Amino acid sequence: MQKKLGLIIGIVIIGAALGYLAFGKLEKNIVYFVTPAELLAKGDAAFNKPVRLGGMVKKGSIEWNAQKTVLKFQMKDGMKEIPIISHETPPQMFQEEMGVVVEGKLASSGIFQADRLMVKHSNEYHPPKEGEKPHLIYKELVQ
Amino acid sequence: MKKYIAAILALGFFAFAQWWGLTQTPSDAMMGAVQKIMYAHVPAAWNSFIAFFVVFVSSLLFLIRKKIFWDRLAASAAEVGVALTGLTLCLGSIWGRPTWGVWWTWDARLTTTAILFFLYVGYLSFRKFIEDPEKRAKLAAPLGVLIFLNVPIVYMSVRWWRTLHQVQSSPSTMDPAMVLALRLNAFAFLGLLILFIYWRYKIAKRKGELEEGL
Repeated sequence: MQKKLGLIIGIVIIGAALGYLAFGKLEKNIVYFVTPAELLAKGDAAFNKPVRLGGMVKKGSIEWNAQKTVLKFQMKDGMKEIPIISHETPPQMFQEEMGVVVEGKLASSGIFQADRLMVKHSNEYHPPKEGEKPHLIYKELVQ
Repeated sequence: MKKYIAAILALGFFAFAQWWGLTQTPSDAMMGAVQKIMYAHVPAAWNSFIAFFVVFVSSLLFLIRKKIFWDRLAASAAEVGVALTGLTLCLGSIWGRPTWGVWWTWDARLTTTAILFFLYVGYLSFRKFIEDPEKRAKLAAPLGVLIFLNVPIVYMSVRWWRTLHQVQSSPSTMDPAMVLALRLNAFAFLGLLILFIYWRYKIAKRKGELEEGL
């Protein structure tokens, strides 16, 4: 009896994993994030819907208020820009010209309210060089 | 002493490669020392793919040749592969928190890797509960072939879809000293992989002989 139960559990685990792979939420996660241009292209339909937004942090746009923990910056994708506001301390690697992915909603005011901010790293690894600006290598990060 | 020579060599080289990665390489300009997780995370991932490829080939060969050797080898490789995938997931999570800012996110790379883990956990528990060795081998072999499908999906996920996980690095995107350390550790993990599969196979063989004796 116990053996049979275990066998069924094994089949269920594999079935669930395969099922998830074929029909599950993965489809949603395949488009893991949209870019500012894609989100704005949706027009009014984009407002107040939970979405992941990915792009680059625009140079010189970061405003960080440590007392109030308010972070503001512009996210760009080469075509469009969206102002982002977040109320959490960003990860250490957060900086200008860095790839970022935020989770949240675009308010009808046009400002994106981020509940979660993630930094997207490139596949490049180098030791720091004298006078080098490592963040310049992030140009090609967002497809 | 002779019995342990392979183990001493593999573990010794592993210790050397890890030491090399931790002390003889520069830290990444952006991430700092946490980037050294790479020397365990990446080799663990690569070698789990190798382990699952062994499961795939052994399962196919069992279906063709019907020799119990191939079934035992498949089971052994699956177990080591699961351990390595678990290690990949844990180390990736620890690496992700300080760099990305999150322990986990449902992007295609992370999700397909978690599925990979559960597919082979399912394969192993499936095996555990069929008492008759012949029946077990017959039923497990097609499964061992089928679930390998997910391995290329995991590998290509970062190229096919937008993910938080970055695409594969190559020697052109990494400092040469880091490439060397990564290669050393890839071979060190390969040594452990072979050793562990061999040990696990010996246990499977003993167990099989006991089962037949009963």
